[in-house]
Amino acid sequence: MHIVSLYTRRRLINIVGLALSLAAMLFGLFWLGWILFTLLRYGLHGLGLQLFTEMTPPPGSSGGLLNAIFGSFAMSAVATLIGTPVGILAATYLSEYKRTGWLASATRFINDILLSAPSIVIGLFIYSIYVERVGHFSGWAGAFALSLIAIPVVVRTTEDMLKLVPNRLREAAAALGAPRWKVIVFIVYRAARAGMLTGILLAMARISGETAPLLFTALNSQFWSPNLNAPMANLPVVIFQFAMSPYQDWHDLAWAGALLITFGVLSFTILARFLLRKKRNG
Amino acid sequence: MAKWFQTALNSPTQSNDEMTKPANNVKLSVRNLDFYYGNYRALKDISLDIMENKVTAIIGPSGCGKSTLLRTFNRIYELYPGLRAVGEIMLDGENILSRKQNLNLLRVKVGMVFQMPTPFPMTIFDNIAFGIKLYEELDRQSLAERVEWALHRAALWEEVKDKLHQSGTSLSGGQQQRLCIARAIAVKPELILLDEPCSGLDPISTSRIEDLISELKSEYTIVIVTHNMQQAARVSKYTAYMYLGELIEFGVTKEIFTKPTKKATEDYLTGKFG
Repeated sequence: MHIVSLYTRRRLINIVGLALSLAAMLFGLFWLGWILFTLLRYGLHGLGLQLFTEMTPPPGSSGGLLNAIFGSFAMSAVATLIGTPVGILAATYLSEYKRTGWLASATRFINDILLSAPSIVIGLFIYSIYVERVGHFSGWAGAFALSLIAIPVVVRTTEDMLKLVPNRLREAAAALGAPRWKVIVFIVYRAARAGMLTGILLAMARISGETAPLLFTALNSQFWSPNLNAPMANLPVVIFQFAMSPYQDWHDLAWAGALLITFGVLSFTILARFLLRKKRNG
Repeated sequence: MAKWFQTALNSPTQSNDEMTKPANNVKLSVRNLDFYYGNYRALKDISLDIMENKVTAIIGPSGCGKSTLLRTFNRIYELYPGLRAVGEIMLDGENILSRKQNLNLLRVKVGMVFQMPTPFPMTIFDNIAFGIKLYEELDRQSLAERVEWALHRAALWEEVKDKLHQSGTSLSGGQQQRLCIARAIAVKPELILLDEPCSGLDPISTSRIEDLISELKSEYTIVIVTHNMQQAARVSKYTAYMYLGELIEFGVTKEIFTKPTKKATEDYLTGKFG
């Protein structure tokens, strides 16, 4: 009798727990679904060839987002090129050379702070150390700000992934007489490459939607602005500006831009998941 | 006397004309070796000689220090901070514990195969070629020949010759372990350390690896750590019995197993503990 009642109680708790988690999941999915639905509803009709071939227009005339797409792409690319090596090297130090010790703990601590620092602070930081000195806004400044956001993401994921590589693999390579750097580059990186790539993709997803750090650095440009040493158009700031404006055609472009960014980030994330799954299966 | 090691001792891998006393050439000689994990003393004043071109087995219950001892022979413990060995380990007359010893060159000379198969995340071919390319510059043809030679020696060639460019991790556990043995042999070491190489394998794979050990002993000096006493009796010429970080008894396997001089050894061998 006692056992039966215990069993019934556990079943009940199980059902309640399951129902609560399911409800929480649906709650989260609901808003996400709503956001995606709204984006598609307002943004879809703005998607057209023109979006990718024409510049941002003055109010009242038609145009596209080519300069902003290019600017976002260029700055994200430069930021990734800066952030990836720095992040991977730092993570290598933390995982392969000094797992313990004050420098490692301090680095991890600072990295965690950087990871959750408000991005507008990073924008202001680059403004004060770079933009103010050179005297003008520029694509470079935007890329530097974005790279500061990318670095901690890469450091964190890469370190986690390197730590997942079992020590016996390092031992096996060292036992063949391989010097440490070869063990790291040819064995550890290789074993962790899917995870490391995932980290880089996640960092790219993170920076491609950032608005605040670009407001004080790259600013914006209404024209074709391929010069990284001048103010540069970019999707987040264009969306911000156009969405705040009173003009309907600017609103439409802002929706289309938002849709573009969201699906860009979504595809980065899906690609990252796919890579991780492939790693787990192989 | 249990029946199993009577049978084991009479197995064809043990030839009867071999000498019964430790003699021949000493390949590696351990003198007064202590080992510390931080402040914990895991090995206590170990002294023993490893004979050239013979198989020496190290047996003992879990935690007795047998793997720790093996891991001093190529100083693989140096990968971790806080571990140190004190004493003398002479390999061909040179103290490998000396500060001047180049660890990478030591490990080229002293190969190691671990408990768990550890294929690298690359093709079967590259798994073998990785070690070779570290210290030798071979052209494509000689590299391919060396890889084939190593796979032949490890009795794996027939099984993998058509899939050299598949991933090493796609092999079965027993095949992976032979791949690791091939990888160790490929760099032509003089001494091969086997750290419980069969503990994760099924009986058939185990017997293949034991056959392989018997094959290899004519050319290499082999030290094997094993949990499995039958295995020690089957494959080794000499046996060291360790307990709680001390070397209790060391001698010719046949004698250790039939008339151990120490009570502790006999108790372990007859299954009273361990």
